[in-house]
Amino acid sequence: MSDIQKTYNEELNQTIKDLEEKARIIRQHVIEMIHEAGSGHPGGSLSAADILTALYFYIMRHDPKNLNWPERDRLVLSKGHAAPALYAALAESGYFPVEELITLRKLGSRLQGHPSMRHLPGIDMSTGSLGQGFSAAIGIALGGKLDRKDYYVYAILGDGEIEEGSIWEAAMSASHYNLDHLIAFLDRNRLQIDGRTEQVMSIAPVKEKWEAFGWNVIEINGHSIHEIIRAVDRAKTSEGRPNIIIAHTVKGKGVSFMEGSVHFHGKAPNDEQYQIAMRELRGKGVRP
Amino acid sequence: MKIMASAREVFGNVLMELGRKDHSIVALNADLSSSTKTSIFAKEFPERFFNMGIAEQNMMAAAAGLATTGKKVFASTFAVFATGRVYDQIRQSIAYPRLNVKIVATHGGITVGGDGASHQMLEDIALMRVLPNMTIIIPADAVETDRVIRYIVEHEGPSYIRLPRTKSPVLFSDDYTFEPGKGHVISEGDDVTIMAIGLLVDRAIDAAKLLKNKGISAGVVNMSCVKPIDRELIIECAGKTGAIVTAEEHSIIGGLGEAVASVLVQNAPCIQEMVAIPDVFGESGESEELMTKYGLTVEDIARKAERALERKAVMC
Ligand SMILES: Cc1ncc(C[n+]2csc(CCOP(=O)(O)OP(=O)(O)O)c2C)c(N)n1
Ligand SMILES: [Mg+2]
Repeated sequence: MSDIQKTYNEELNQTIKDLEEKARIIRQHVIEMIHEAGSGHPGGSLSAADILTALYFYIMRHDPKNLNWPERDRLVLSKGHAAPALYAALAESGYFPVEELITLRKLGSRLQGHPSMRHLPGIDMSTGSLGQGFSAAIGIALGGKLDRKDYYVYAILGDGEIEEGSIWEAAMSASHYNLDHLIAFLDRNRLQIDGRTEQVMSIAPVKEKWEAFGWNVIEINGHSIHEIIRAVDRAKTSEGRPNIIIAHTVKGKGVSFMEGSVHFHGKAPNDEQYQIAMRELRGKGVRP
Repeated sequence: MKIMASAREVFGNVLMELGRKDHSIVALNADLSSSTKTSIFAKEFPERFFNMGIAEQNMMAAAAGLATTGKKVFASTFAVFATGRVYDQIRQSIAYPRLNVKIVATHGGITVGGDGASHQMLEDIALMRVLPNMTIIIPADAVETDRVIRYIVEHEGPSYIRLPRTKSPVLFSDDYTFEPGKGHVISEGDDVTIMAIGLLVDRAIDAAKLLKNKGISAGVVNMSCVKPIDRELIIECAGKTGAIVTAEEHSIIGGLGEAVASVLVQNAPCIQEMVAIPDVFGESGESEELMTKYGLTVEDIARKAERALERKAVMC
């Protein structure tokens, strides 16, 4: 291994470590916010936390001080119920004060139950009704192409969400228009509200479906920051085809009793559960 | 102390009970069976329950197809997805062919709370009202929900029932009967008539008490059947009190208020005030906070009633 390669690897390892710490902070925010609000969706927020962290703190080109920068990368949280994780990433990025996070879902807060672009800076699209954010991302990518900009558009989809028919209308149009600057993440946590995806409405074979719709498909462990970064690098080399990164995840990741639990899709932890969750997430005591 | 009960729970239980006797009843859902309580039916009759996944449009058109095979079809999800998301499926495949699909939506209105505007359906009555063949019923409490589900199962044709997320006060006793197409007079009054639906009926009753203390005699009508609406009763009330207040957890556009106004203006013009959500989207907050912010409290109803009386006085 050359010296340059070695330095590069060491730097990357450090970056990944930092990002993993950041993800832990994001998860703590998520639990705090939802506990404070008394309602919200912890499961899907925690499963997408590593993806959002890698995007906002390493991959995406964005500037909290320059909201309307035309060249900025865009992100559409199509599974809008994971808003707490997005809000935490935005606050930690500097879009608004971290102290504001605990106003989630409260009357008068900019942190609506589902992301609203007219309430909070940094939200590229209002979402909450599943299936629609993805089409909006197609539109943003079409606009970028029209304006000859080279920004990337990221979209985060739930695996239950892709049961919506409009997802496949969007999928068809993205490959028809060769939207290679579109990079979607499928949060493949295998759960929706009424149970396991394969029990409620079988979506398998997922990879083959996207391939059949003309997409470049990459499969990764959605909790490995390294794999997330590498997958996006690979996606950026695809020419003429939209990209979907199937991120295998665990719903509720990071909190033992929420992991793989359908119960915590849309339920706030009670006081006792909150204490346990925070203890687990603080681990070595990153945050006081 | 008011006794609180969940209309959703009642819906789930009654549907299951009716399903025992009537094997033509089938239930469809879109990944919200626990929230809509159709999970109760699903547990008992798994073979007559179809979870269509997060795919409401498919669910509604499939409901239409099932109805053509002689089934009594119940299709349920949150009100916002049960109407707006699937408006064209309802229009083309359920209302136009006049099929026997009963849309029972939960989580209607602003009391959805924390989820915010994306999930607070404030225009479902407007959307359903404009459809020919559609019956619309908004029960006022758990008891009426029971009666309405029992009625609607035998009713042949498209219907829309809206239930709230929250528990609500029990208003009616066991001998309560629901009469389709009829407003239900809860109390008579000489000065003003308050016509309300859903969660606003309880508040209308309290508002009438408030007004009584001020020497104002207010009648209260539960207008749960929004379509077909009880024209005779509206005309009768206009004649009797000459002042009507409508109250609903819905946009001021296209809901009960405008339905009543339309009857009045064409038959018996009379003073009307509307308690409804102004022409804006909702927001996150506690149910009760939102009801207060958007003007749906007992005091709001009483204030509008007084305003109607002032206007009436000027007219005379
Ligand atoms: C159109 C629409 N239908 C139903 C819902 C209610 N809903 C919110 S989250 C959810 C389940 C989502 O499952 P999935 O996409 O797998 O998300 P995740 O597991 O990542 O939380 C449902 C049905 C909604 N928000 N939008
Ligand atoms: Mg999922």
